[in-house]
Amino acid sequence: MAELIKVGMADYKVGRDPASLISYGLGSCVGIAVFDPVTKVGGLAHIMLPDSNQARSTDNPAKFADTCLPLMLDDLLKMGAVKSRLLAKIAGGAQMFTFANATDIMRVGERNSEAVRMMLKKLDLRLIAEDCGGNYGRTVELKLDNGVFRVKTIDKGEKEL
Amino acid sequence: MTEDIMKLSSLELDALKEVGNVGAGNAATALSQIINRKIDMTVPQVAILPLGEVPDVVGGPEIMVAGVFLRVFGPAPSSILFLLPRDSAFLLVDMLMGRERGLTDHLDSMDESALLEIGNILAGAYLNALSFFTKFTLLPSIPALAIDMAGAILSVILSQLGQMGDHALVIETEFSTEGDGGVKGHFFLIPDPGSLGTILAAIGVKE
Repeated sequence: MAELIKVGMADYKVGRDPASLISYGLGSCVGIAVFDPVTKVGGLAHIMLPDSNQARSTDNPAKFADTCLPLMLDDLLKMGAVKSRLLAKIAGGAQMFTFANATDIMRVGERNSEAVRMMLKKLDLRLIAEDCGGNYGRTVELKLDNGVFRVKTIDKGEKEL
Repeated sequence: MTEDIMKLSSLELDALKEVGNVGAGNAATALSQIINRKIDMTVPQVAILPLGEVPDVVGGPEIMVAGVFLRVFGPAPSSILFLLPRDSAFLLVDMLMGRERGLTDHLDSMDESALLEIGNILAGAYLNALSFFTKFTLLPSIPALAIDMAGAILSVILSQLGQMGDHALVIETEFSTEGDGGVKGHFFLIPDPGSLGTILAAIGVKE
């Protein structure tokens, strides 16, 4: 069986075919899959927050959309990926709890997805599919043999991006 | 006030554990009265964990759980989370609704209201203890319910803590009803980053 590389919360990992990258139980966090279909090199990030500039602690750059993506891109290029070929898919950014007066804290999922889209644009990476929002959790898996990004939920079924 | 949770003394941690003990004790007593069954609870753990490891406390990020979440307002803003494995939540609903055990396999809106109300009562009981120790007036928000993967539910609180650091201080108590296959769950009190110092100072153990 192909190696299954686990990506924890506020972390990212890269790998190559035939491995798969998986991250469990994304809520407000966003999973970002980046894949080069020719070299079959890819990365999966599990970011928690949109922006490192608003945070007190920036010890872990993998926690933020703006600081995680450049790092992961760098690693992918070092592994032989070619930037113009890279394709990005994202999932997550849910609002798990609904309160009558939703504060910014509760809207972190939405802000995460927005920040990821913006950062992908800034880095000139093509976003070709996404499954964001809603009020439910997701487990995401990037298969590096074919670039399929599988999104599993508890009650909303499973889909492939 | 911000403090480095990695540098808390053992006296401060013990004080937090005691608050957790009385708080969860109150909550367990309340739950026990509602469902008319004895509740066992463990000594609270005060754990300082890397954010990504918090879901492991309840069995991993993909475990299916019911979570009742409340914000705590007042001088020491915090979050309270009452987390049950999904099967335990269904069993608790059976007990609350006077149904035969094992009958509930999904929650209708009445069941959801019942769980939310349980969350309300437990949070109130827990906060009574915290108010007693700190002399603060602490008020819970309206509760919110989600049934989903543990990682997804916890991400809400963890992302908030993530603004300040890479670790969470979690006061966690495990409880269960007597006998095999009973209701199991966890109470979590997760103080906002600035609240910890406020609580410790109010209890009189801040060093």
